[in-house]
Amino acid sequence: MSWLVDPFADFAFMQRALLGCLAISLGATPVGVFLLLRRMSLTGDAMAHAILPGAAVGYLVAGLNLGAMTLGGVMAGLVVAVLTGAVARFTSLREDASLAAFYLISLALGVLLVSLKGSNVDLMHVLFGTVLALDDAALTLLCAITTFTLVTLALIFRPLVLECADPRFLASVSRWSGPVHFLFLGLVVLNLVAGFQALGTLMAVGIMILPAAAARFWANSIGGMLAVAAAIAAASSVAGLLASFHAGLPSGPAIILAAGTLYLLSLAFGPSGSLAARYWPRAHLEA
Amino acid sequence: MALRIRDLTLGYDRHPAVHHLDLDLATGSLTAIVGPNGAGKSTLLKGLTGELPPLEGRIDRGAARLAYLPQLSEVDRSFPLAVGAFVAMGLWHRVGAFGRVRGKDAMRVGEALAAVGLTGFDRRPISALSGGQMQRVMFARLLLQDAELILLDEPFTALDTKTAADLLAVVQRWHGEGRTVLAVLHDMEAVRRHFPETLLLAREKVAHGATDTVLTAENLFRARQMSEAFDDSANLCARGAA
Repeated sequence: MSWLVDPFADFAFMQRALLGCLAISLGATPVGVFLLLRRMSLTGDAMAHAILPGAAVGYLVAGLNLGAMTLGGVMAGLVVAVLTGAVARFTSLREDASLAAFYLISLALGVLLVSLKGSNVDLMHVLFGTVLALDDAALTLLCAITTFTLVTLALIFRPLVLECADPRFLASVSRWSGPVHFLFLGLVVLNLVAGFQALGTLMAVGIMILPAAAARFWANSIGGMLAVAAAIAAASSVAGLLASFHAGLPSGPAIILAAGTLYLLSLAFGPSGSLAARYWPRAHLEA
Repeated sequence: MALRIRDLTLGYDRHPAVHHLDLDLATGSLTAIVGPNGAGKSTLLKGLTGELPPLEGRIDRGAARLAYLPQLSEVDRSFPLAVGAFVAMGLWHRVGAFGRVRGKDAMRVGEALAAVGLTGFDRRPISALSGGQMQRVMFARLLLQDAELILLDEPFTALDTKTAADLLAVVQRWHGEGRTVLAVLHDMEAVRRHFPETLLLAREKVAHGATDTVLTAENLFRARQMSEAFDDSANLCARGAA
């Protein structure tokens, strides 16, 4: 058992990494569950790319400064989210097409800005994260974003569920439809920014979507899915960090691969809608 | 008066689907909307809910609470939601985004499910329902909405006789309670038998009034003559420019 506990007991950087990853697991996975249920799984990926120019501007202006890069990332993400949502609501273009257009523009801008400063090792941190070197400011930011996310989700839970399940009905009984949509996109951006501190812009989406996709094979209710997804994300974080510690693997990809393994296992053996449930069904009932 | 419509034109890309319609509906009336495909029946309901802003004219429905059953429901049937929770959202006007569904309201959910013949279905996921059962669920939610003006777009299409009869009984219960009901229907026999008033629509109003005076052979023939005109080179409507 010591290999399981000792790395976290003996090394402060492992404790910080664990805290950071658990914070992300709690905040990003519920957002991922709703992305999945709204059939917007790839939106997270597109958003992660959209954030890049903002982080790059922050980096160009202030160097490898957490505050500047976070602010830049959030601004870029929110601009793309608002433009995308507005185009989808007020023109005939669908949300996926409008998001694709804006994130590609944003990504090109980001790559252009990054190349202005020439190649730099620090920038690799933005792309691939620094979960083993989280400082106090980064940890505080991660925990603050998770807290904000959970409180906001609790407040908008009912309108958000209805906006996913029956948007036309929500629009007919209340004015929540627009606000809840934009609030939710805001949470997506915030959690991606939180994720890129630890896992990098490319990996942040993984901890958001993989546990949510896995949870669909275990639960038939939203509450169940949220709980399972958070548990899978937390387990993947622990497993990934341990693999990283013992085998000297890069931590970000190790965590995402752990989540990916759990996803594949769920896909094969989960009780609801999995391959096993389809091809080896349990005995059926009388009525 | 539950509904006053004056000179209403609704349409898509400047082409009118409902053209210069005047209509008054008395409070508590039970009215069928009939007409050929493309006559603007669904468009009229979308205009009444506010989903489609008018190109011209006015709709005055006072402060009446409105409930609407669309023809093509946009419910995501794969969403992991139980029947009970889905139906309970008909209580939105009472509980809003934050209120709890408890006590009397929770009982109402059970009563609504019983009224549409789905007692015991409250914990079943909506993904496990048949088409007819889902339509019963939609009616249960409408029941809870406790609306004064109820708009139904082809509510009995593709239902078996038993289900259609059960849901028609719900409509008649609303009529008995003094609610104003407006329903798009294609089954003329059912309209003649159960709907006191009828609006015959073919982009323009062909006739409105007591059902047996509206559904005459002559009126139905006139409705069929008014074709589904969507002419790309149509002239500007002279009545609109005035």
